[in-house]
Amino acid sequence: MGDDMSAPGRRKGRGLQVGLSLLAIVILGWTLFPVYYMLLLSFTPTDDLFQPGLYVEHPTVRNYTYTMGQDNPFVRYFWHQIGNSLVVALWAMALVAAVAALGSFAMARLHFRFRRFVSGLTLFTYVIPSSFLSIPFFKMMADYDLIDTKLSLILAMVTFAAPYALWVLSDYARSLPPEIEEAGAIDGAGTLATFLYLYLPLIRPPLIAIGTYAFLYAWNEYLYALLLLTGEPRVTLPVAMSNFLTTDNAPWNLLMAVSTVYAIPPVVLYYCFKRYLVSGLVSGAVAGT
Amino acid sequence: MSPTTREGGRRAPSRVALVLRSRTTQGFLFTAPLLVLFAAFVIYPMAFGVWYALDADSYRALFSDPTFRQTVVNTLWYVGFAVNVKLFLALLLSGILDFQFAWIRVLAALFLIPWAVPALPGILSFRWMLNSQWGIFNYLLGKFGFASVPWLAQHDTALGAVIVFHIWKYLPFWTIIFLAGRRAIPNELYEATAIDGASALQNFRYVTFPLLRNLYLICTLLSMVFTLGDFTVPWLMTGGAPGDSTHVLATLAYRYTFQMGRLEWGLATFAVALPVTLGFIGLLLRWVKI
Repeated sequence: MGDDMSAPGRRKGRGLQVGLSLLAIVILGWTLFPVYYMLLLSFTPTDDLFQPGLYVEHPTVRNYTYTMGQDNPFVRYFWHQIGNSLVVALWAMALVAAVAALGSFAMARLHFRFRRFVSGLTLFTYVIPSSFLSIPFFKMMADYDLIDTKLSLILAMVTFAAPYALWVLSDYARSLPPEIEEAGAIDGAGTLATFLYLYLPLIRPPLIAIGTYAFLYAWNEYLYALLLLTGEPRVTLPVAMSNFLTTDNAPWNLLMAVSTVYAIPPVVLYYCFKRYLVSGLVSGAVAGT
Repeated sequence: MSPTTREGGRRAPSRVALVLRSRTTQGFLFTAPLLVLFAAFVIYPMAFGVWYALDADSYRALFSDPTFRQTVVNTLWYVGFAVNVKLFLALLLSGILDFQFAWIRVLAALFLIPWAVPALPGILSFRWMLNSQWGIFNYLLGKFGFASVPWLAQHDTALGAVIVFHIWKYLPFWTIIFLAGRRAIPNELYEATAIDGASALQNFRYVTFPLLRNLYLICTLLSMVFTLGDFTVPWLMTGGAPGDSTHVLATLAYRYTFQMGRLEWGLATFAVALPVTLGFIGLLLRWVKI
């Protein structure tokens, strides 16, 4: 649009731009204010906390140093908790990548008979809200004595993050040329060798992206972490943060500092991989029309 | 087929090898980890939940509980109202972000922040802004001479806060989806209507919307199902307060199960939503190819 605009078209374009910029200001205010307010609180000293304002009068990094130094009863186990979040997210990432890579090879490259069944089950898992399964899942983990282990949370995360990962990978894998199998056949490679040495290197870009997706899914998860983990040193960071809220005198400025630290990894990863994180769903939905 | 030795000394494949080489077996072997996960953690819990939820006494208890009836109404507001407002705004905003000005790209990038920030920090920020004593909203209301509002301490504004947060957090995601949908429309169509002198509104009416309609419907269904099971936003924003009046299905099920020890009520709460959910999923399965 707008490359070959004539003079009146360009004038119209300018009017359009003014209108759009006014809208943009509204949109940005709506979008950024809560985030700005979180940052603002995280730099607010406790003495100023109860005097609301639109800027910080005496900015301080003390909330961050308390958090990093675990120098407050509320953040006593900060490094444990962020470590727990990290361990769960990394395991979820690795397992989802493995499971989805294997599955996508079958779905996209082997034309086996029960493909429709597998894809139906996958879509079902993707769509059914995970909270619907949370109570039976909790009961199951209690029966197997797996409550309060990271394994239980990791299993839940892998299960619920796998469908989307499979979807994105299969979609990508279908676009690869058929020469992969032919090359494998010429070299006398079996299916497993074709998968390992020919297929895996080719799907590396989307594999990194869905690994990121699984990492973020687990990092952001709240309900299952709340159900499956107990005890301050063993919970993940979001559960620890929500525990702040159970007391009346929660130090909100400290909480916002923890919030900010917790939000940094996902924000960085989302911006690096946003292209991949939406494309799968769109291609699925657009292809269905 | 009997194993015979040919001249080259190569034996014909045994039956085991043949089975292993069949596409069906290989397909199952490669999808086995997924199938095991889905069977153990989706099908089995589902069957378990439905089995428990078959008890008619639970439903009698639920429907005679005023909190449950209120919860159903809240959930309908959350799923019916919040989702549709959000998607309609997303459709409009995707039109704005589709303009090819350089600064629009910057706007689009900034606009994604709520989607990238996890729900919890955003909710905490909203909660403090809405705090009746020290929140910025009541502070600003006071500055302009209005009475302060107990935002999270009365049903309507508390549920409103849940809805507004939902829109704030998930609007960017769906906007990007619709933006991608718009970009997938071939440019030739707009070139053709430009020759006919079509206005922007006519472009939308006769080209954009008909081509986005299916995507819009699928997104509506998906978002409704996701939102139907949302626990995090209502739980952390209000926790059902004041007086258990702002629960949605997922938070009420949590309360029944883990705070009141009534597992069967918790499962029945989800079972009430299951027929609707399965209906939506059935529609999606027909519309979406994977």
